[in-house]
This record gives sequence, structure tokens and C-alpha cells, in this order.
Amino acid sequence: MLKKIFFKNSPNQLEGLAQAAPQPHVPDEMCTRCPHCKTLLFSSELDENLGVCPKCGYHFKRNPRQRIHMIADPDSFVEWDRQVHSGDPLEFPGYRQKLQNARLQSGEEEAVVCGRCTLGGYPVALFVMDPYFMMGSMGSAVGEKITRLFERATAQGLPVIGYTLSGGARMQEGLLSLMQMAKTSGAVGRHSQAGLLYITVLTDPTTGGVTASFAMEGDIILAEPRALVGFAGPRGIEQTIRQKLPAGFQRAEFLQDKGFVDQVVPRGEQRDYLIRLLSLHLCKKEEG
Amino acid sequence: MEAYKKVQLARGKNRPTGRELIAALTQDFTELHGDRRFGDDPAIVGGIARLMDLPVTVIAHQKGRDTKEKVACNFWAAHPEGYRKALRLMKQAEKFHRPILCLVDTAGAYCGLGAEERGQGQAIAQNLMEMMSLQVPIRTILVGEGGSGGALALAVADEVWMLENSIYSVISPEGCASILWKDPSRVKEASEHLKLTPQDLLELHLIQRIVREPASGDFSRLYPSLQLKIHGMLSQYGKLPVAELCEKRYQRFRKMGIFAE
Repeated sequence: MLKKIFFKNSPNQLEGLAQAAPQPHVPDEMCTRCPHCKTLLFSSELDENLGVCPKCGYHFKRNPRQRIHMIADPDSFVEWDRQVHSGDPLEFPGYRQKLQNARLQSGEEEAVVCGRCTLGGYPVALFVMDPYFMMGSMGSAVGEKITRLFERATAQGLPVIGYTLSGGARMQEGLLSLMQMAKTSGAVGRHSQAGLLYITVLTDPTTGGVTASFAMEGDIILAEPRALVGFAGPRGIEQTIRQKLPAGFQRAEFLQDKGFVDQVVPRGEQRDYLIRLLSLHLCKKEEG
Repeated sequence: MEAYKKVQLARGKNRPTGRELIAALTQDFTELHGDRRFGDDPAIVGGIARLMDLPVTVIAHQKGRDTKEKVACNFWAAHPEGYRKALRLMKQAEKFHRPILCLVDTAGAYCGLGAEERGQGQAIAQNLMEMMSLQVPIRTILVGEGGSGGALALAVADEVWMLENSIYSVISPEGCASILWKDPSRVKEASEHLKLTPQDLLELHLIQRIVREPASGDFSRLYPSLQLKIHGMLSQYGKLPVAELCEKRYQRFRKMGIFAE
């Protein structure tokens, strides 16, 4: 359904976006093997299916521009604070090089893309974290962008939708990155106190300091099928308890069972699902 | 002094435990147990006490003295119910207009099956959000090891102080060395680069004050002056109008972060 809405009539959408921002790194192989069911898929077929394996439903990683394209109304996204990026505040060995590589690999300045768009005519503030930028780790710049987004959404009376993905706090910025958890949580709190709606969509993987701050502070928490979501990473836990983790541990479905996720929603249904939630919260549509 | 030495001092066996500090700094400590949802986490101790003339809610990580006690407190790594107990006591303090004192000493929140099943990330996140707008003064002192989110979940405070030989870090230097360099033996180097000493953090404006420790290591000589300092700070913040108190706390964290644009 989502596929029909978007991809049938608008093959040029992504091109338009790509001109506005540097082209993200896209592997030029014609085929991709599904890591779950091992089926060999045409990359074009996979892209048309929103990066979901048509055989087994495995959700491949998507970059922020692809996500925005999937859920926002065509041409409605206006980016905020693109220029905010990490310096190297502690002069941590190797960090500058890593940042440079991340910029090249992702085509982004930082690990989160923020902005305003409409969904089914409802204006929202939207942030999407980037798997290709240091695995969505949160340093000062990510914390600042998220905080500004919530502050702006509060001032403008906008709901927030956030796609989370993160390896956790960015250790190359030391305690500065840990403090971003408090800073972002404060801004989420003020947005919440203003009576505004915040929906998070947890994507694979959402861990560490992002899980322990704004990812888990949504009024409504959705997750993509099989997304890994946790505070500690599975490797760390296995090392601590010295045993193998049970199958499905820390996956989205497990979190729904345990009461920490409202609903696991497949990628193809997310746009409609979000629009329904906005409508149920009596959010206002854009005029004109 | 080298950062790694600080790490070792902060983990020193002879440093006072949370319970010992509560006993030394306050009177009439009345312990309150449990998070009212799952259980009571012995890795975090909390209750009401009197700091000189001032009733306060006091919450502390508790490490054990001997092996038996250490096992009982899960090596001072708290589960979600520990953080939920802390939040329950903080909300209670807010209701009764009591200031809050938190004493932090943890290698980090526990990572294990039960902790994940019961929402470690959600529990910490909730504390961060709620603490930011609590309508009573909160003061946190790092007294030993301040490890990551497990420390921060008790440290969204109006002022954060550190004892001279404590550390506060986003990740343990061992964890940092093994993740970044796949070599846990490079822990000294990691300690240096993480900027985890009180002096480093004061310069980065992430903490407000360093509390000198007696050179002799005799902590009993520290308590009277520390008691006075805490009392002074809590009563000073207690006089602020609530809106101003919360705004100051928000702005304190709002300014944290160094980035370019």
C-alpha cells in the first residue's frame, strides 16, 4: 500500500532530494543477498519494496533520506540544522578521521537528520538517525540537533516523530556525549509538558545511551520487526553472564511481549499507522 | 597525576560505601525499600534522613565491604527496579518539599537478562526526564566511580560535585580500549583520553566543584565540612522560586556539548 502510494508515481522524488543533499553512499551491486533467508534479490526490487525482503520480510537498513522519502508527503521535508556537526572536543585519537569517513560514507554531516514535514497533511517535526554515520552514535552535535528539534516543536506546537537507531553514546567525546542524554531528555520533557505528542519508531539497532534517553521517552513507542533494542548490547551481556542469549532476546517482538513497545509495525504500514495516530490525537492539518 | 591512577583510586577498597556516607553525613536515616512494581534493589539504598536541621531524601549506590555483601548488592550495579525505587523516592521528596541528595558510586547499570527484560533503558530514560523538572533542589556527589548511564540516572542535579579521587565517564576505560582498539591492555591510554578526572570535567564545565579529600585518607576528617557545604547548597537552592530552580537546572544541561556549525 505504501509502495503504491509512493513509488508508482514518484520515481523522481529521491532524485530531487539527492540534489538538495550530497548523494548517500549506495552500493552499485545489482544484487543483494538477504542475510536472513539468503535469497538473492535484485537491488531494484529490494528498493521498490522499501528495503524489505519480499521473501521473508527481513528489514534492511535504510539511510535517513530513504526513510524520509518513505513516510513524508512528497516534497514536504524541510531540513533543520544541517550545519551542526561534531568537532573533536577532546582531541581523541583517530576521531577526526572517523568523522571524515562517516561523512563520506553517509553523505551527511552528522548521525541524525532533523526537519519539518507533513504526513497525510499533518505537520510534524521529524528526526531520523543514520546507520551509515558511526552507527548513529550520539555525540554533542546529535544531542544538540535533537534538543533544538524538540525546542522548536514545542514553540511551534508540533508533534514529533523520531526514527531511532544508535550504537549508543559516542565515546570519543567522553562525558560530553553522556550529558546529551540528560540534555535531550530535558527537551523531551518540556515538549511533553506542553501536551504535545511524541512518537518513536525504534529501528535496528537502538541501544545504549539513546535507548536510555529519548528513544524510550515517547508517548507511543513503535518498533520495526526484529529490530534489536536494548540498553546493553548482546555481546556485553554474554560476556557478563557467560552464557548464550536466548533466541529473539532484545528483539522488537520481545520488547512488545515485555511491555516496552506499544506495537511492532512493518515498514510498509508505518506511514498509514503514523497518520492514523496523528489523526486520533486531533493534530491539525496544514492549512491550504 | 595520570588519569589511570585516578581510576584506581576511585575504585579503591578503602573508600566509604554509600551506607557509610549516609551514616556519617546524616542523622535519623530511615531506609525505604522497593520500587512498588517489581522488587527492592540492594544496589541502590534510599530513604529519609536529617542533614543537620534539614530533612532530606538521600539515595546512594551501595557497594559491599566483603564478598558476601558485594554479591548481595550485585557489585553495585543496579537493576531497573533500583532506578525506579530512586525515582519513587524523589517524587515522594517533591511531594513533601524535601531536597534530595544523591551519592553516586557505580561501574554502570547492570547488563544482564533480567535488567534488559525489565527495561533498563526505559528506567534510566524516565529518571533523566523526571529529574529535570523535579520541583525540589537536587544535589549529586560522585564519591567513587561514576559509570555511564547508571551514574547519570542519579545525577541530573542542580549541582554535581566530585570527590577529589572519583571519576565520571561515558564508558569504563577498559570498555573503551577493547571496543576502539580491540586491546583491553591499553586502559591507561583510554583513561587519559576519556577526560574522566574531576579536574578535566571541571574545565569542561560538566561539574561544579571538586571536594578535596584528606591526604591521610581518613575520611572522618572530611565529613563535618562536607556536611556544611551540602547543607549550605541545599538551603540556598531551596530559597529559589520553583520555576527558577527548574529553569536553572535545564539551562545547566542545555549548555553542555561542544560542536561546530
